[in-house]
Amino acid sequence: MDGPSGKSALTLFDKIWNAHLIRHLDDGRDLIFVDRHVLQETTSAQAFHNMRKAGRSVRYPALTIATQDHIVSTKPGRSEDTNPTGRELMQLMRSNALSSGIRHYGVDHPSQGIVHVIAPELGLALPGCILACGDSHTSTVGGLGCLGIGVGTSEVEHILATQTLALSKPKSMRIVYHGTLQAGLSAKDLILHTIGQIGVAGGRGFAVEYAGPAIEALSIEARLTLCNMSIELGARLGFIAPDDKTIAYLERREFAPKDTDFVSACAYWSGLSSDVQAVFDREVHIDCDLISHQVSWGTTPEDVASIDGVVPDPTQVDDPARRERISQAIRYMDLQPGQTLSGLPIDVAFIGSCTNSRLSDLQLAAALVRGHHVSPHVRALVVPGSMSVKREAEALGLDVIFRKAGFEWRDAGCSMCVSINEDAVPPGSRCIATTNRNFENRQGPKSRTHIASPAVVAAAALAGCIPDTSMMKVNAEGLS
Amino acid sequence: MNKAVERVEGVMALFARCDINTDAIIPSTWLRTASADLGKGLFGGDRYDEQGNEVESFVLNRPAFRQSRLILADENFGCGSSREAAVWALVQFGIGCVLAPSFADIFYENAFKNNLVAGIIDVETYQELKTLAEAHPEGLAFTVDLHSLTVSVSDANNPLHNRSWNFRMPASRVQAMIRGDDEITGTLHHQEDIADFYKMASSEKQWLFPEHLVGRDTDASNKKNRVF
Repeated sequence: MDGPSGKSALTLFDKIWNAHLIRHLDDGRDLIFVDRHVLQETTSAQAFHNMRKAGRSVRYPALTIATQDHIVSTKPGRSEDTNPTGRELMQLMRSNALSSGIRHYGVDHPSQGIVHVIAPELGLALPGCILACGDSHTSTVGGLGCLGIGVGTSEVEHILATQTLALSKPKSMRIVYHGTLQAGLSAKDLILHTIGQIGVAGGRGFAVEYAGPAIEALSIEARLTLCNMSIELGARLGFIAPDDKTIAYLERREFAPKDTDFVSACAYWSGLSSDVQAVFDREVHIDCDLISHQVSWGTTPEDVASIDGVVPDPTQVDDPARRERISQAIRYMDLQPGQTLSGLPIDVAFIGSCTNSRLSDLQLAAALVRGHHVSPHVRALVVPGSMSVKREAEALGLDVIFRKAGFEWRDAGCSMCVSINEDAVPPGSRCIATTNRNFENRQGPKSRTHIASPAVVAAAALAGCIPDTSMMKVNAEGLS
Repeated sequence: MNKAVERVEGVMALFARCDINTDAIIPSTWLRTASADLGKGLFGGDRYDEQGNEVESFVLNRPAFRQSRLILADENFGCGSSREAAVWALVQFGIGCVLAPSFADIFYENAFKNNLVAGIIDVETYQELKTLAEAHPEGLAFTVDLHSLTVSVSDANNPLHNRSWNFRMPASRVQAMIRGDDEITGTLHHQEDIADFYKMASSEKQWLFPEHLVGRDTDASNKKNRVF
């Protein structure tokens, strides 16, 4: 071990943060440089408006990239005009981008997609880079060893005008995953289990590094899924040290460095890991051998259980505030304490969102549904994370598999994850989704959400209910 | 320029729950246009029924709390989505201060950007204030003072008037709020440092700012009207 020791030992987070530090501010915060600023239509209009009102302009338009994803229609054949409710914010994004000289990936662009899907896809997110976006799931790009910072609209304006952020440096936390994830399980099960263990506030104030053998074994797309839900731990930042898989993923991406630049980049990236003796403010260990297929039962992402598990009994909870919260969650979800989760009928199955809408997610789901049919009373839909993912999936014939099985096959967007667009879960309906939030009303007024992996959602769509582990095994065998 | 804030005074509404998320504070359905009445949408999911009528029992619909200026909530207020509209909705409704034992990271930053006081209180203080709020279904007015970082019962005739509770807020944030500082103006004082930093980073880490992204000119701010 030749890493620095004692006080000089740095975490990966320290290294990236320090490399972006412009200066310490008098108020104790740090002024850091933002290498990439990604915009989406629902959190940027006010920022442009206020920026102009103050007589300012976009400092570095070339480092700024815009997309339309949240409010867009996902109906094939869509345009800004086919979506009356979303038209205003879509047009504002387009005109703001155009007038400031910012690249814009609107619904008519072949690379349009969910911001956290296209940032890696286009090679905009790079290891050792700081990328900010007015969206809490920006930590997704941490899967590439990039610091993705989710910001509010005032901070979007701040970055537009200065290309910087003034932030208090978060504390550091490392979550180490031991053992091996069982076959058929995915990064989604890993992160849901982690949130169940640590809680939705467990990562508050921290930048989280995910490490350990089970993390190294994950594909890049799986790492993006894992880092995506850092905010559901309460952490604004979550990331994984880059390795050979990261390099292979980025090579030849549109905006990734090329030729000799790529060689220098690889040399720089090879130093991007926490020093062996680096000290973290908090360290958590998770045993992957104990993890099974996860599904949420309640109304926060920490309300998770094994698909073979049961709804908890609030009378067994000592803390009164927690007891009341769990009781309310059970009421909202129309469940009973002690009720078995598997077999619970569902009305909607949704595969999509910045968490699970990449090609590997769709491949996995397609393998499970091939030759089967969606349960008659279930509405099932697949919404690819980007138009590039959609084209790649179609080249592999996945669209045919999904359509034959009774799934809708849509264009790219946030869709049913966030009820700001046309795709919503009807009041009182129960949806199983590959998304990241099961809050009350999240998928539409009075909607009920169970979050799970693409495999569990695909199996649920076919069975018409939350599956149990034996059904997952049958489905897995069906693959061969 | 932000409006300077020194004190917040008014009725305190109690939200005795942990992990109140920003989807609950302002549901997405209120965010479809740039000009929605966010104050009306505040806590829209709980405040209105499916027909859009007010739910009578919901605290902000009760006559005594329709003019609430303060919110008391349990741990991790404002978790979830980064939507600053959650803060805008609170402010537009008239809320000037949220007191809670802890706040979610992004909400906390967003609050200060809009001069919404996000005061951190001890769990004991939360319990005492909660008990007090519960004992006053007719609504009790409090005064939050940024100079002393205290909250107290406003009515001078109330026997509790002389009792005050502390809350925490970083001193620099307090000063910025009292002065009504604009953060971007502050950052632009470091404009040269920022430009120097970018110049240095572009030359040391050319891979991070490749020509096919930024063009030849390091300072891309001159490139207006570029169409892609």
